[in-house]
Amino acid sequence: MASKPRVKVPKKAAAGDVIKIKTLISHKMESGQRKDKEGNKIPQKIINRFVVQFNGAEVFSADIAPGISANPYFEFSVKVQESGTFSFLWVDDDGSEYTTEAPITVG
Amino acid sequence: MNVTRRSALAIAAGGVVFTALGSATRQAFATPEDAAAMINEFSGGAELAAGGINLTTPEIAENGNTVPISVSVNSAMTEAEHAVSVMVLAEENPRVEVVKFNFSLASGVAEAKTRIRLAKTQNVIAVAKMSDGSFRMASNQVKVTIGGCGG
Repeated sequence: MASKPRVKVPKKAAAGDVIKIKTLISHKMESGQRKDKEGNKIPQKIINRFVVQFNGAEVFSADIAPGISANPYFEFSVKVQESGTFSFLWVDDDGSEYTTEAPITVG
Repeated sequence: MNVTRRSALAIAAGGVVFTALGSATRQAFATPEDAAAMINEFSGGAELAAGGINLTTPEIAENGNTVPISVSVNSAMTEAEHAVSVMVLAEENPRVEVVKFNFSLASGVAEAKTRIRLAKTQNVIAVAKMSDGSFRMASNQVKVTIGGCGG
């Protein structure tokens, strides 16, 4: 089960600043390689895609394979020119989508 | 076919065991050839320049379940010249592909950090696709004490 995505976005920045964003979501990232006690393969269930938008435009994304650790962590940069809202989306293999948002004031 | 931690350790421990399990491990772990094929697919066979991309990995990872990596591409990230994406591969994981970061002109700088799984000691590779159609590659070996990916 995935739960409570966490994101760290600066509250304020100057126009043209390159800011760092850190994100984490609790998820087992079942690799599809493990077996249960009876020796049956445990099916893969991971976060397979992560998308970040700023004011509706995509600024960063990641296509994810089981080689990413449990509780996927991503850190990346964005150059901000105006105030607005970051929206974050994590897509699960089972079709579930987890989202969160964070505002930033630029000026 | 899965490899348990026991057999994975056995493989790491000795070439004799490796030979005995040869056919089984071929299915369980990818090979540098698999990685090369995937890079070729990504790059369309284009030449892979060695500079202009930095891949930071620990020399030794005690726990292969969570290995911090960082990749950055030297680029002004302008319309004329920017990094489009960076693919990260682990040559000898069960699956070579690990993640692909997709950047944008709003990225400011082309860099990303994450945590990956490494099944055993192997090379981690990053390949950057540039806006002009060129490609850059960096590769680091990471020694893994306890493998990730299942076991």
